[in-house]
Formats: sequence, structure tokens, C-alpha cells
Amino acid sequence: MGLLIGIGLALLVIVLVLTHIIVFIWCELKIFAHIMDRYGPIETGKFHGVLQPFADVLKLMNKEDTVPGASDRLIFKVAPFVVFVPAFMAIGAIPLSATLVVINLDIGAFYIIALSAFTFVGMIMAGWSSFNKYSLLGAFRAAGQLLSYELPFGLTIAGVAMMASSLNLITIVNKQVVPNAFIQPIGFLVFVIAAEAELSRSPFDIPHAESEIIAGYHIEYSGMRWALFYLAEYVSLIILCSMTALLFLGGFKGPILPPPVWFLLKVYVLFFILAWIRITFPRVRPDQLMDLGWKVLLPASLLNIVLTASIIILLPDIWPVALAVTEFTIVIATLIYLGRTRR
Amino acid sequence: MSEYLSAYLNVAMFAVVAFCFVAILLGVSAVVRPKKENPVKLEPYECGMVPFGGAWSQFNVRFYVFALLFLIFDVEIAFLYPWATVFRELGITSLIEMLVFIFILLLGLVYAWKKGVLKWV
Repeated sequence: MGLLIGIGLALLVIVLVLTHIIVFIWCELKIFAHIMDRYGPIETGKFHGVLQPFADVLKLMNKEDTVPGASDRLIFKVAPFVVFVPAFMAIGAIPLSATLVVINLDIGAFYIIALSAFTFVGMIMAGWSSFNKYSLLGAFRAAGQLLSYELPFGLTIAGVAMMASSLNLITIVNKQVVPNAFIQPIGFLVFVIAAEAELSRSPFDIPHAESEIIAGYHIEYSGMRWALFYLAEYVSLIILCSMTALLFLGGFKGPILPPPVWFLLKVYVLFFILAWIRITFPRVRPDQLMDLGWKVLLPASLLNIVLTASIIILLPDIWPVALAVTEFTIVIATLIYLGRTRR
Repeated sequence: MSEYLSAYLNVAMFAVVAFCFVAILLGVSAVVRPKKENPVKLEPYECGMVPFGGAWSQFNVRFYVFALLFLIFDVEIAFLYPWATVFRELGITSLIEMLVFIFILLLGLVYAWKKGVLKWV
């Protein structure tokens, strides 16, 4: 019985996730187009190209799927599974409200980052097995990026876990009287930047920089296999937007409207901001990426942890206020310093 | 069955459903799509040039030292997570211990930085 319920819930989640991905793809096409001062898809489906994502899926279904002759065929065919399956497993642990959650684990936050790191294994498998120099370069770049940004990413989540004394996502949300972003602004900023890099979206799209290494690790993929990489990317996007909302923006909490509506609202606002960043900023160079990760974000996330721990222990009664004041002072001082030195 | 185990059962079900979903997508596509292979199509894609040399040659793996550093800090994170959930009950002793731990690792990062390891050349 438990098995059947589990399968049913998983099917429900897959349908929900695919619906949101279709909405995301259409929104992204339109947002990009309008920011670039053009229309984007307008014909398909009569109303502002709403059927464009469906047309894309049908086209990909019908596309010939070649496996390069010299490739390692087994690994080449397994890679899309390794990319997609863990990403989808992670999404089940995201709560839509205090009760609406499929996989409610005590270590929810840890479970999600552990599984989303798996995606990179799939990318390296894809890049290596393709027998293409550019895809191998893309895989190396992806690995380097994971190594650099997994650290600040994990450390900021530890910072949030310290405030809530738990890794359960529902507990973390319930303990937020004020959204954590206002108590830990350093953690929030580091988390958003690291999340953007984990997604390898522009300005951090070095693993598949089109103008440098064609398309990175998935050059040789076409048709449905390629579509799975694309799908997994959007699943990760949903996961990271949800994680930001849950850990730092109060998740499903909010006045008047029901909790799932608040949660989706926050996810969509974050998605819009990420799309905006993606289309506005130029790509960074690999050395700039490494510098940002190791010399800025990692020390900043360690500072965040040390500050949080010390203030919670030393000032147990007024720690939220004290922590917020300290961190905001540091952020504002840094901004003023940068503003004065870099003209 | 306990609630604890049933959560992990759901994890397994998610894995099965996701696997089947991928398999069905690829299966449907395999039935629908055309298959007209020729030797040129199976060559590695290098923007239309005739590819030269193999791909599995020696690469300068620049992130090797980064990987070593990553390993150290990742183990630190693995220690931080359980500590982060209980450090309030443990009190000031555990705070000082963890600060010493973080300080030593930070020292390692500063050392690597000064040695020029973090330079991406």
C-alpha cells in the first residue's frame, strides 16, 4: 500500500514539475525577448506563443538522435539518466506548506544538496564519453565550478541550520519569525550567487559557453537525450529557487493567502530575478569565477558562520537583532568601500 | 512501518518513477524519430572542420589543487552540519572548539592563497 501511494505521489510531483517547467520556459522566452526589446515567440498558439514549449517538445521528439561513432556508448547513454534522476529525487523533499510534502526528512536541506551535486557526475560522464575535445573541456570546467561553489553553498546552509537548530526544511521555515535574509544578509547574498553558479547559468555559464566551447558537455547530444539535460537544468532551477525561498525568505509563510500560493509566488519572483540576471550580465572569465568563489564567497560564508555561532552563544536573548545589525553593517561597509575604490 | 522508513521508501519510489519517466521518453522518441546514419554524421562535431586527433588526450587539469582544497573543506562541512543543529545545547566549549577548527582550515586557505595555488593560469 505504501508503495502504491509513493508511486502515485511521485507521478503527481512529476506532472506538477513538468507543468511548472513549461510555464518557466515560456516565461523565460518572453522575459528575455522583452528585455532585449523584441517580441519572442508570438505565432504558436495564437496568444503570445503560449504553445511554443509544446512545439519544442514535439520537435525534439522527432529529431534524429545520433551517438558519435568513437564515443563510449554505454556511458554516453547512461549520462542523461544520471543527470535527471537525482535532480527529480531532490525535488520531492521540497515542502509546499507545513503539511504538503512528499519526502519529509530530518535532514531535508542536506538531502537536497547531496542529490543536486550528483548532476555534475552526469555532466562529467557526458563530457568524457562524447569523444569530443570541447565537451571534455566543458566537463572539466563544470567540475571546477562545482568544486568552487559547492563550499560556500553548503556553508551558508549550515548557517541557516544553526539559527533553526534543525536541517528539516519545515522546521527551518516555521522558526523564521522574520525572513532569514534580514538576519543573515551575508548568507543570503552568498547563497544566491553560489546558486546561480551551481546552475551554471549566465553570468556563470562557463561549462557550456557557446562562444568558447560550442555547448560544453552536451555538444554531441541531440533530440530527446539533449532535452533531458535541458529538463534537468530546469528542475535544478526550481529546486534552487525553492531552497532560496525556504531557507531565506520565509518559504510558505505569509499573511492572508494560503501557504502554497505564497511559496509559489516567492519561487516565481526569484525565477524572474534569476532570468533578469541571466540576460543582463556578461559572462565572467574562468579565473574571475575561481577568484570569486575562493577569495570572496568562501571567506564570507565562513565569516557568516563564525558570526552566527558567536552571537547566538554570547547573546542568547537578543541574538537575531545583534546578528542582523552586525551583518548589515558589514555588507554596507563593504559596498561603500567598493564604491569608493572601484570607479 | 515507521514514518522514518516510509520517507525513505518515498525516496526509492521517486528514483523508480524518474527512471521510468526517462526510459519512456527515450522509448517514445526512439519509435517516432528517423534514423539515417552516415559516417560523416558520427564524427565529433567541431564546428564543421574535419576533426583532428582524439579527444581522450592529455589535458592540463587545472583544478587538481582546487580539488584537494575542496576535499578538506568538504570534510569540514560534513562536521559542521551535525554541530550546527546541536551547538546551542553544547554551549561555549563547543563554540570555541569549532572556532579553532575553522581557524586552522582558514589558515590552510590563506597558506594556499599566498603560495599562489588559487591562481588560475
